[in-house]
Amino acid sequence: MAENVNDWLNEHGDYLYRFALARLRDQHQAEDAVQETMLAAIKNNTFKGQSSARTWLTGILKHKIIDAQRKYIREQPVSDITDLAANGTSMDDFFDDKGHWLEKPQAWGKPDNTLQQDQFMAVLGTCIDKLPKKLAALFMMREIQEHENEIICKELDITPTNAWVMLYRARMSLRKCLEINWVKD
Amino acid sequence: MLTCKQTSELISQSLDKPQTWKTRFDLKLHLMMCKACQQYAKQMHTIKSNIFKLRESIQSDESITLSEEAKKRMIDKLNQK
Repeated sequence: MAENVNDWLNEHGDYLYRFALARLRDQHQAEDAVQETMLAAIKNNTFKGQSSARTWLTGILKHKIIDAQRKYIREQPVSDITDLAANGTSMDDFFDDKGHWLEKPQAWGKPDNTLQQDQFMAVLGTCIDKLPKKLAALFMMREIQEHENEIICKELDITPTNAWVMLYRARMSLRKCLEINWVKD
Repeated sequence: MLTCKQTSELISQSLDKPQTWKTRFDLKLHLMMCKACQQYAKQMHTIKSNIFKLRESIQSDESITLSEEAKKRMIDKLNQK
C-alpha cells in the first residue's frame, strides 16, 4: 500500500500541487492539501481503477481544498466574518451619500498581446493577495473554485446575504486595486 | 431609478444568483444612461475572465513542482502510516 502511495506521489504529486496552488494561492496550504489527499487515499482506498488514479485523487483534493479554506477562515482573528459583512455595507470609500461614484470607474486598456495579458494576470494575482484574508478566501472559493454560494454558505456557516455583501466588497476592492496598478504601456 | 451604488451592488449580485425580471430591467435602464456603471460592468467581466485564465496558467505551468523537501516530508509522513 505504501508503495502505491509513493508511486502516486511521484506520478501525480506535482499535478495535484499545481491544482491546489492555482486555487489556494499559498504554497504551504497547497502542500498540506496534497499531503492530506495522500493520507486520505491510504486510509480510505476506494480506488477501483474505473477512473484514472489522477481523477480519483483530484476528487479527494477538491474536498481537501475546501477543508483548508474553512480552517484558514476560522483561524483568522476574532474580528468575526460578520463584522466584515457589516463593514461591507458602508461603501463610503467609493460613493457619496447620494450613491454617486466618488471616482468614476475608468476604461482599462485591454491587454492585447501575450506579454500584457501576463502582466494583467500578475497584477490581478497581487491584488487578490492584498485583499483582507477572509475576503480573499471567500472570493477565491467563489471565483477561482467556482463554488455555488449555497456551498460556500454551508461550508463557512454564513448567510447568503453576508456572502453577497462580502463578495461585493471583494470585487469593489479588486477593481480599485487594478485601476491603480494596471497601467497599460 | 437606481443609484450607482445600488447598481454596482446588483451587478455584483447578479454574478452570484439569478435576478428578478424587475431588477434586470432596472439595471438595464440605469446602464443605458450611465457610462461609469457601464465601465464598472466591463471591469467585472474582465476580472472574471482573467481569474479563470490566471487559474489555468498556474495549473498548466509545468515548471511549478512540489519542492524536494515537501516531497520527502510527505513520503516520511505517509510511510509512518
